[in-house]
Amino acid sequence: MIRVEHFYKNYGPYPAVIDVSFEVLKGEIVGFLGPNGAGKTTTMRTITGYLPPTSGNITVSGYDSVKYSLDARRHIGYLPETVPLYLDMTVIDYLSFMGKIRGMNSKWINQRINKVIDHVRLGDYRNTLIGKLSKGYRQRTGIAQAILHEPDVLIMDEPTIGIDPIQVVETRQLISELGEAHTLLISSHILPEVSAICPRVLVISDGRIVADDKPTNLSSRLSGTERIELGVSGVNNRDLISKIRTIKSVIDVRTDNRAEQLDNAKKNNYIPIVVDAKTDGNSSEKIAKIVVDSGWGLKNLTPLPMSLEEIFLQLTQEK
Amino acid sequence: MKNIFIILSKEIKTYFASPMAYIVAAAYLAITGFFFVASVSDAFSEATIRGYLAGATFFMIFMSPAITMRLIAEEQKLGTLELLLTSPVKEAEIVIGKFLASLVTVSVMIFFSLYFVILLYIFGDPDSGPLFNGIFGLILYSSATLAIGLFASSLSPNQIVGLVVGSGILTSLTIIDFISTRVSGIGSDILSFLQLGASFSVFDLGSLGVAESGHFADFSRGIFSLIDIIFYLSITIIFLLLTILVLESRRWR
Repeated sequence: MIRVEHFYKNYGPYPAVIDVSFEVLKGEIVGFLGPNGAGKTTTMRTITGYLPPTSGNITVSGYDSVKYSLDARRHIGYLPETVPLYLDMTVIDYLSFMGKIRGMNSKWINQRINKVIDHVRLGDYRNTLIGKLSKGYRQRTGIAQAILHEPDVLIMDEPTIGIDPIQVVETRQLISELGEAHTLLISSHILPEVSAICPRVLVISDGRIVADDKPTNLSSRLSGTERIELGVSGVNNRDLISKIRTIKSVIDVRTDNRAEQLDNAKKNNYIPIVVDAKTDGNSSEKIAKIVVDSGWGLKNLTPLPMSLEEIFLQLTQEK
Repeated sequence: MKNIFIILSKEIKTYFASPMAYIVAAAYLAITGFFFVASVSDAFSEATIRGYLAGATFFMIFMSPAITMRLIAEEQKLGTLELLLTSPVKEAEIVIGKFLASLVTVSVMIFFSLYFVILLYIFGDPDSGPLFNGIFGLILYSSATLAIGLFASSLSPNQIVGLVVGSGILTSLTIIDFISTRVSGIGSDILSFLQLGASFSVFDLGSLGVAESGHFADFSRGIFSLIDIIFYLSITIIFLLLTILVLESRRWR
């Protein structure tokens, strides 16, 4: 749906985006993650045709974003970072204007407006002036205009910035629902958000893509280690740890001191430990085998993803 | 074409939904009314609208940029310009739609001021030629000033900047004949050719009028002058093109 090939963008002599290539397939939800100023907004603005690339090709639904810009734009719903709203219009008037400007006929507009307003749960405010809406409702109005014309591709630049936590949760849920019908590209610098919504993450730093993977895979692939949460009964702490240390791929074994884990362990009467191991060693299997062969009770064996914050810092500070 | 009409109707709705248009219209009617009355209230005065035209052309130096100042600046400030420019709409369609909306608004004001003309026919025996030529010229003149105001509005997200720059350009093009009399040779010709039409001598109530050498003089005398029509249309088109260029300039930065 979105294909970006060797995209460069300079602002004057300053490169903002350097050789970025990626593809977003139909139905995918992709998170675009990076610190402020990394080139997220520039990339999104170029995909939407607002800015031309300095070099490289971008196609949306098969239309080149420069040569067939108007055709490409018809297939895009876009929510910029500052939600673009006419404050002196009502929600309905605004949506109807946005529909017309995108070439929808009035029958289609009327049909869609009601659906979209229901979808983003704006029903009680349809005749309210946008200027009088709270920030969260303005955000919803912005999302409503982006999905009004049933675009193939939905691009949202920091969709949850600046709204209160309850509305953030609602907005995230709304975005997840939208993912069922649209191809989505969402930018954010908030890590848990991306991991909560997006099965795939592109990490951009200083204008370059530094990672493109599932949030869960990112950790192991990048650090070369995986973390395993283990709970075993019928053995004492020291024996268990020394036994697991004998596995070659294991780097470190220690007691799991997280309060939640300790509680769980007490309740279910097992010893909680954490194992760091190399990713390529099949460590989980070997651990399970040792525990079972020793006649202990295996209560818990869960691979833990490294927190996105850790990965993110590693990725963006590598150079 | 359809997009131009969509933008046009949205802007007109916005104009007449806010108090702005009514306040400006009231000021326009009051000020032009004053000059109209001043020009026809002598015992033996001519039944013309020259006083009205002088007042109108002068007032538009400030009114036109005030009408156009929000058109593009506000869209920049709200971020809606990005939305329009990522919709299947061309820059030119946006600019022309907005320009036409302001022209329609001003034309409505001019229309309401036409009761002056009716008064002249009731109480006097005016010469119809200069009358209708004058109104026609006034619409051309306002389109040139509105295009300049729209251009000024595109320069900054701040409406006040648009107002000041627009009025500044229009004032320069008005006092330019004053400067042209103080230079010699071809420079003087060029400067006086650029004179837009209004005159600051409007405040000299004895000689109410528009700039003698300016492009409006012939309209207010009732002469149908092709070169002046072309001049106003050219100014309009040039400044609309400049506005489109400003909107497109984001692509080169």
